[in-house]
Amino acid sequence: MANQNRTVVRVGGAAGDGIASSGDIVTKTAARMGLWVYSYNSYQSVIRGGHVYYQMQIGGGDKVLSHGDDPDVLIALNQDTIKRHASKVKENGAIIFNSDKIKVENIPLQKNVQLLGLPVNDLTKEFERNPIMQNTVDNGALVYLLGLKWPTFEGAIQSIFGKKKVEVAQTNIAVAKRGFEFAKTHFKPLNVSLKGDGKIRAVVTGNSMFAFGALTGGCKFYAAYPMTPASSIMHWLAPRASKYGMVMKQMEDELASMNVIVGASFTGVRAVTGTSGGGFALMTEGIGLAAMLETPCVVVHVMRGGPSTGLPTKTEQADLFQDIGASQGDYPKAIIAPISAADCYHAIIEAMNLSEKYQTPIIVLSDLYLSEHAETVTDGEISSDIKIDRGEILTEWKPSDPAKNDSTIWFVPKNPGDYLRYKDTPSGVSPRVLPGTPNAMFVSASDEHDEEGIVISDVFTDEEIRVKMMNKRMRKMVGLEKDTKGPIVTGPTEADVTLIGFGSTYQGLEEVRLALEKKGTKVNHIHFRTMWPIHAEETEALLKKCKLTIDIEANFTNQLAKLIRMETGYKVDHLVRKYDGEPFGFEDLLKEVEACIKKGRVPSKSADLVSVR
Amino acid sequence: MPEVTVVKNTTTTPITEFRSKVAPDWCPGCGDFGVLSALQKAVSNLGIDNKDLVVVSGIGCSSNLPGFIKSYGMHTLHGRSIAVATGVKLGNPDLNVVITGGDGDGFGIGVGHFIHAMRRNINMTYIVMNNQIYGLTTGQASPTTGRDHKTKSTPLGNIEYPFRPEGVALMGGATFVARGFSGDGTQLTQIYEKAIAHKGFSVVVTMSPCVTYNKLNTYSWFRERVYKLEEENHDTNNFEGAIKKSLEWDNRIPLGIFYQADKPTYEESEAAYRLGPLSKQKLGLSKEDWNTLYESFK
Repeated sequence: MANQNRTVVRVGGAAGDGIASSGDIVTKTAARMGLWVYSYNSYQSVIRGGHVYYQMQIGGGDKVLSHGDDPDVLIALNQDTIKRHASKVKENGAIIFNSDKIKVENIPLQKNVQLLGLPVNDLTKEFERNPIMQNTVDNGALVYLLGLKWPTFEGAIQSIFGKKKVEVAQTNIAVAKRGFEFAKTHFKPLNVSLKGDGKIRAVVTGNSMFAFGALTGGCKFYAAYPMTPASSIMHWLAPRASKYGMVMKQMEDELASMNVIVGASFTGVRAVTGTSGGGFALMTEGIGLAAMLETPCVVVHVMRGGPSTGLPTKTEQADLFQDIGASQGDYPKAIIAPISAADCYHAIIEAMNLSEKYQTPIIVLSDLYLSEHAETVTDGEISSDIKIDRGEILTEWKPSDPAKNDSTIWFVPKNPGDYLRYKDTPSGVSPRVLPGTPNAMFVSASDEHDEEGIVISDVFTDEEIRVKMMNKRMRKMVGLEKDTKGPIVTGPTEADVTLIGFGSTYQGLEEVRLALEKKGTKVNHIHFRTMWPIHAEETEALLKKCKLTIDIEANFTNQLAKLIRMETGYKVDHLVRKYDGEPFGFEDLLKEVEACIKKGRVPSKSADLVSVR
Repeated sequence: MPEVTVVKNTTTTPITEFRSKVAPDWCPGCGDFGVLSALQKAVSNLGIDNKDLVVVSGIGCSSNLPGFIKSYGMHTLHGRSIAVATGVKLGNPDLNVVITGGDGDGFGIGVGHFIHAMRRNINMTYIVMNNQIYGLTTGQASPTTGRDHKTKSTPLGNIEYPFRPEGVALMGGATFVARGFSGDGTQLTQIYEKAIAHKGFSVVVTMSPCVTYNKLNTYSWFRERVYKLEEENHDTNNFEGAIKKSLEWDNRIPLGIFYQADKPTYEESEAAYRLGPLSKQKLGLSKEDWNTLYESFK
């Protein structure tokens, strides 16, 4: 094994076999031992059956940056898993399975793969039968195989079952112990040394961090319609929200989810919605509404494979242009694509602040991989010490010359001292008041309107006012550019090779960069977290210094490379793409990147294309 | 439980407080003038402060109404007024929320929100100006256009059957369902007052003739057919009776309150409001709460 201090475990079976929950127990055990874990659940759009697997990379020392490639250990919960994965188990690895019902026959295995057949029926005969018995026995054997600490494993089980199910936890511990003892008697441990640093780490997913970040950052209203892979934000909030004075509202569709947060935000509530591409399509008109009414709102967009229903449970990064082009017309916005699970926490707080400061929609762009994978975070990576910036809110308004509302006709005259909701200001941001404030009544209209909010599009479309109001709104982009950061650069500023990517692929590309660096390549990495505004000048300056650029994206059209070309005129040398629904694997990606480096600069008109499968 | 303010008719607000700076741009004779006037009178009679009133509309002739009444207002997207208004009320239940719009806005493009708003019983009032035609887009058939009615989009006569909003509202679970007529301002004002004072989701379908594009369902067409439910001793607590009355059309058209019921509202049932209106709460988590949640990830 190349890395003695890290290992990859894959658990495969059918939906309903309880794979994710037994994976969670092992992940928690390792995290509590002070190890790093990065887990990914590859599931299908069925509730029962099909083929699913959960993979985790566990390691000590440096942070683990991905869920890894081929497994060192395979836990097979059914025969199908053997057929699909057994031959991929690495040299000196192991396969754990229930020997009562699963056979490992006629499969070409790598060298020295240990077969841990466990007689589950025999081992558990005095326990009451339950369908996930074999997972528990298998987990016990895994603890032995990897040299994980038994008491920590027990603690993880107790914590997952909670105080309400103490007996269930005890049974599971006893059953797992049978697997542990049997493995200890019959097999030898894996040649791996998983030594933690003693820090008990938290296990978080991107979506749990969106939810926790929203709550911490003062979100009081989250509205959404169920859609994979965004639903787990709702699931995290639902049992917790009301305790903290927050409403989690499931709506009838995404049209409602979007529009209801605009309404809530109008009253001064920090409001967020979340969805995937299909739901986002329905939200776009409402996003434009928020921009026109200059009402803050945050939309979390968790991408999955498209187009249409596409790949409901698979990852992709193909909705970047959907977000950039969301809604008709020109309006100010920002799109932030967080780069790790912990960063999801920071990104949503940042989005709420920007949204209130600039009174315009902010989109947080994630994908299934980032939102649903679990990773360990060390204390301090996220904290309760955050900044809440509500922007300019006036709590009172005193008109200089109160209007005399004694008219008996339909309307009253204008008054120069009246509050201007859409006052033209140098920043483009007009201080807002919230309903309930005396003397400052206004109507927010989706039609073009003047500084007071009075519609200009009906009786006579005043061109001057139109231009003035467009300019006022679009001026917010200047501030948004100032308040967001340009691309992240890691590695040397001058390099022979530059990797480019956005959002969720950050850690995976770092893993590749570090591996290349180790091999002696002078390589850096330009990563986009702020997708809009793209910080064109800064980006162009960075790219001009690059000798060979490789753009890596999980989509068919390398949308970021297109965006870069659109905004800076810079053409990337190599386009690496993946759109089979699974995240990039480290070894495959490294191979492709090395092939690109070997080819060097491509003189042809269009960039060189590589599709990774 | 949130504090529920039942508005009492003891003090009134001068009606001039609800005059806006914008003159209505509806066609002369449009039924919507009657609606605006009755709404201004109703909120004035109820003593509502204009700073605490939010009028939310969608798109269409009738949806221009918020611009013509002095209060907080939102003129939103076609069909989305109820969704936006739901957010306003849930954001700050202390506000009085009135939704205004037309039959195309509410029963065409926005019908999904209409149905779901009723089963939530959020304390707000939905006034639909039903002119049985699309006016602002110059006269196409709407969901409430009658069978055989010739319009721009149905030149040979409408071959669809009309949507019956009052019956749908009853079945949908609205706790206050009424029909008004903009040709009878006195009754309309009374209905609006009761609807706004009602605790829960109230629907008032208001027959509001389009004098430009609907030459069939005119003021005189209605005057020949309408009668008042209260004059026939209709029992507003009787759900089945209300359903029966909602089916009457063509020859006799009932006006007034079909049904009213007292049920817990969404705001009363949602635990988060124990800490007050969302818009008035302190933001974020205490250090202690944060730590408890963070530790639960370990």
